[in-house]
Amino acid sequence: MTTDAPQPLLSVRDLHVAFRSRRSTVRAVRGVNLDLAPGRTLALVGESGSGKSTTGLAVLGLLPPGAQVTGGHVTLAGRDLTALRERAWRTVRGREIGFVPQDPMVSLNPVRRVGHQVAEVLLIHGLAEDRKAAHARAVDLLADAGLPEPAEVARTLPHELSGGMCQRVLIAIALAGRPKLLIADEPTSALDVTVQRRILDHLETVTEQHGTALLLITHDLSVAADRADEIAVMSRGEIVERGPGHRVLTAPAHPYTRELVAAVPDMTAAPAAPAPAGPPLLEVRGLRRSFDGGRTAAVDGVGFTLAAGGSLGIVGESGSGKSTTAQLVLRLDRPDAGTITFDGHDLGSLGPAALRRLRRDIQPVFQDPYGSLDPRFTVAQSIAEPLRAYRTTGRRGRQRRVAELLDLVRLPATAAGRRPAELSGGQRQRVSIARALALTPRLLVLDEPVSALDVSVQASVLDLLAELRAGFGLSYLFISHDLAVVRQVCDRVAVMRRGRIVETGPVARVFDHPGHPYTQELLSAIPGRRARTPQPG
Amino acid sequence: MSADIDRSSPMTLTTEQDPRQPGRPPAPPAPAAPADPGQEQTHGRAARLRAALGTLAAHPGLLLAVLYLALILAWTLAPSLFAGTDPLRTDPAASLTPPGADHWFGTDNLGRDLYTRVVHGTRTSLTAALIAVSLSLLAGTVLGVLSGYLGGWVDQTLMRCVEVLIVIPGLLLSLAVVSILGFGVTNVAIAVGISGIPAFARVIRAEVLRIRSSVYFRAAVTSGTRTPVILLRHVLPNASQPVLVLAALEIGGAVLSVSALSFLGYGAAPPAPELGAMVSQGRDYISTAWWLTTFPGLAIALIVLCANRIGRALERTGVR
Repeated sequence: MTTDAPQPLLSVRDLHVAFRSRRSTVRAVRGVNLDLAPGRTLALVGESGSGKSTTGLAVLGLLPPGAQVTGGHVTLAGRDLTALRERAWRTVRGREIGFVPQDPMVSLNPVRRVGHQVAEVLLIHGLAEDRKAAHARAVDLLADAGLPEPAEVARTLPHELSGGMCQRVLIAIALAGRPKLLIADEPTSALDVTVQRRILDHLETVTEQHGTALLLITHDLSVAADRADEIAVMSRGEIVERGPGHRVLTAPAHPYTRELVAAVPDMTAAPAAPAPAGPPLLEVRGLRRSFDGGRTAAVDGVGFTLAAGGSLGIVGESGSGKSTTAQLVLRLDRPDAGTITFDGHDLGSLGPAALRRLRRDIQPVFQDPYGSLDPRFTVAQSIAEPLRAYRTTGRRGRQRRVAELLDLVRLPATAAGRRPAELSGGQRQRVSIARALALTPRLLVLDEPVSALDVSVQASVLDLLAELRAGFGLSYLFISHDLAVVRQVCDRVAVMRRGRIVETGPVARVFDHPGHPYTQELLSAIPGRRARTPQPG
Repeated sequence: MSADIDRSSPMTLTTEQDPRQPGRPPAPPAPAAPADPGQEQTHGRAARLRAALGTLAAHPGLLLAVLYLALILAWTLAPSLFAGTDPLRTDPAASLTPPGADHWFGTDNLGRDLYTRVVHGTRTSLTAALIAVSLSLLAGTVLGVLSGYLGGWVDQTLMRCVEVLIVIPGLLLSLAVVSILGFGVTNVAIAVGISGIPAFARVIRAEVLRIRSSVYFRAAVTSGTRTPVILLRHVLPNASQPVLVLAALEIGGAVLSVSALSFLGYGAAPPAPELGAMVSQGRDYISTAWWLTTFPGLAIALIVLCANRIGRALERTGVR
């Protein structure tokens, strides 16, 4: 809270929100205080379940059924919002408070043209005399939102646009009523990092132009530090720390914030240890795989080698073909052309029996911790599945091995009897890792193994992966969209774009001296750079 | 097959949720502690049973349906316990007695006790329906799994055949089959079972396709599990939920079809009791002895309604 701040536009005083169910009451927000002056940006940061989104929704009066404001006040420009009736709210939402939701792809009506959806806001709030004027104004708004050829875009349906374009449309809708306050709830979490940067840049520009106050809700401390004048860190329904972004990121005061900052993958830390010199374990040559009968090539001539004991990161944005590459290496899919050689064996020319023998050495860890375990299996059954498949030991031996593996991935022995629904995302991912290690493989193919996890959980899983690699001499093929994560786990990196590898080399070289313009763009889009390198102003 | 079937995985709230996962509604924040393996409330058979009883208590209609089906299952297993007399014993002196203390449901034109005949008739109809649904379930599962798992031309061929079966109205198909096989309760059951195959085949196929695209399926493949084992351990158990719902619904439908065919005279030969046949025979006396058609008719209607109610409840308790 800066002392020279003018009269706050939004002021939240001792806000309490509770979720009530028949059995229990969960106090999601407990005594939150916020002040936001016109033209300034406040970031509300926290992990899932911290109450940050609930706070945002309470300000908007859009709490889900079962949730209730149980105390405190929300004041917007001197008007107490907590006392408003539904009818009065309609003149506030869209007109005085704009809202940018999290997931752009599902937040637009799929069967209405984009232009209509923008014009609708103008008509509702009486900001345009008639349909025609509203439509013309909508095109202007789309242009303001940075969409090329706005007249064309206005005529499209949401599915014809990319995620980034949809988010721009949503921003146009949110700003159509010229609100004094804009609430953006994880506006870029579902988007690629380069798109994220452009959207955030745009938000910054418009809020500056119109003097709009921005309440930015995000799980990403770096994004918050880059974009906000002030950060409020939330944990378990309370604000534990607040201050200027640069200060919070570089000198956190509260233990929770310190933990959070420490968990953010560091782009300045030394990269993972390089692989010992030796023959390549995995060699991929001229890999090609296309879908839609050859029209779209997902993987288009990809080649790389992975040394035994090495860790190769494959980095790229959505649609770059990195996951398809992982599927091909795992032999869950067949390439149209190209060879994959593992330990001297050509995967393509192996018969089913030989392939099955080789599978023991190549094990996967998938992205989605919610889907990668059979919901009907207990943890022990899931982990023991590969052991059963290869009949390595008897029942007793399997039990012993499961206990050993649980211990290895730092899960309590009591977890063995639980089902996936009873575990958290991080615990499930540990189970997946234990299953992958059951047969002591030589290569782990990790497809975005931490992208669905909260940052502190992500850090502990990454630590575990680094430890396991050192301990067992494992090789990793590590697929990720997150450069910072790759830097922490890999010694070599390959950057993919549109099915091709545009640059490859040792992590230190590629990150510090990127050769390809796309790599440079990716690196500069990583949030947190601005805040970490203090700039005047 | 009971309502508690899918209460095995109680959701404990977890603190970690996917911040990148699109479209997630703002989750009610979890209680402060992360899912701690030490504290889990609903576990084990007793808790599941308690949860099932709780559901029943909250839905009196469902409770009635379950009780009624339990009653007729008991009729089916031990009819003589509930109706001591012989359903075929005639007593010309007491013919066409209205319902009363001696004969709860009255008697028919030959003086046979109608209550006893309804009990035994329900047994015949329900047994036939169970045979029919088992046949549809078994054949439908085989076809659906083959179709969904193998894909390609196998899928194409099987599904086109199934569609041909769907095009023909169920009762008409059963009529055709029963004319080929000959009359009799067992043949009626087989005929009804055959006309029920397409529905099961399609549901199972859809489930197999869903499970095939799941990540745990891929994990099973890469962990070297053989195909038949994957089908048995992963695919069938996870496909069972919607199939059970369908089976419950189909039992009601099968009772109706079996009765309809018997009504038309394809099923049980007189004097054997069968609900549909009893309705048919009672038609001759509909103006003088209403009870002859009403009670067997009510029995059929109640079975169908109860099966539907239970099917709907199963549908709702499902976990995915």
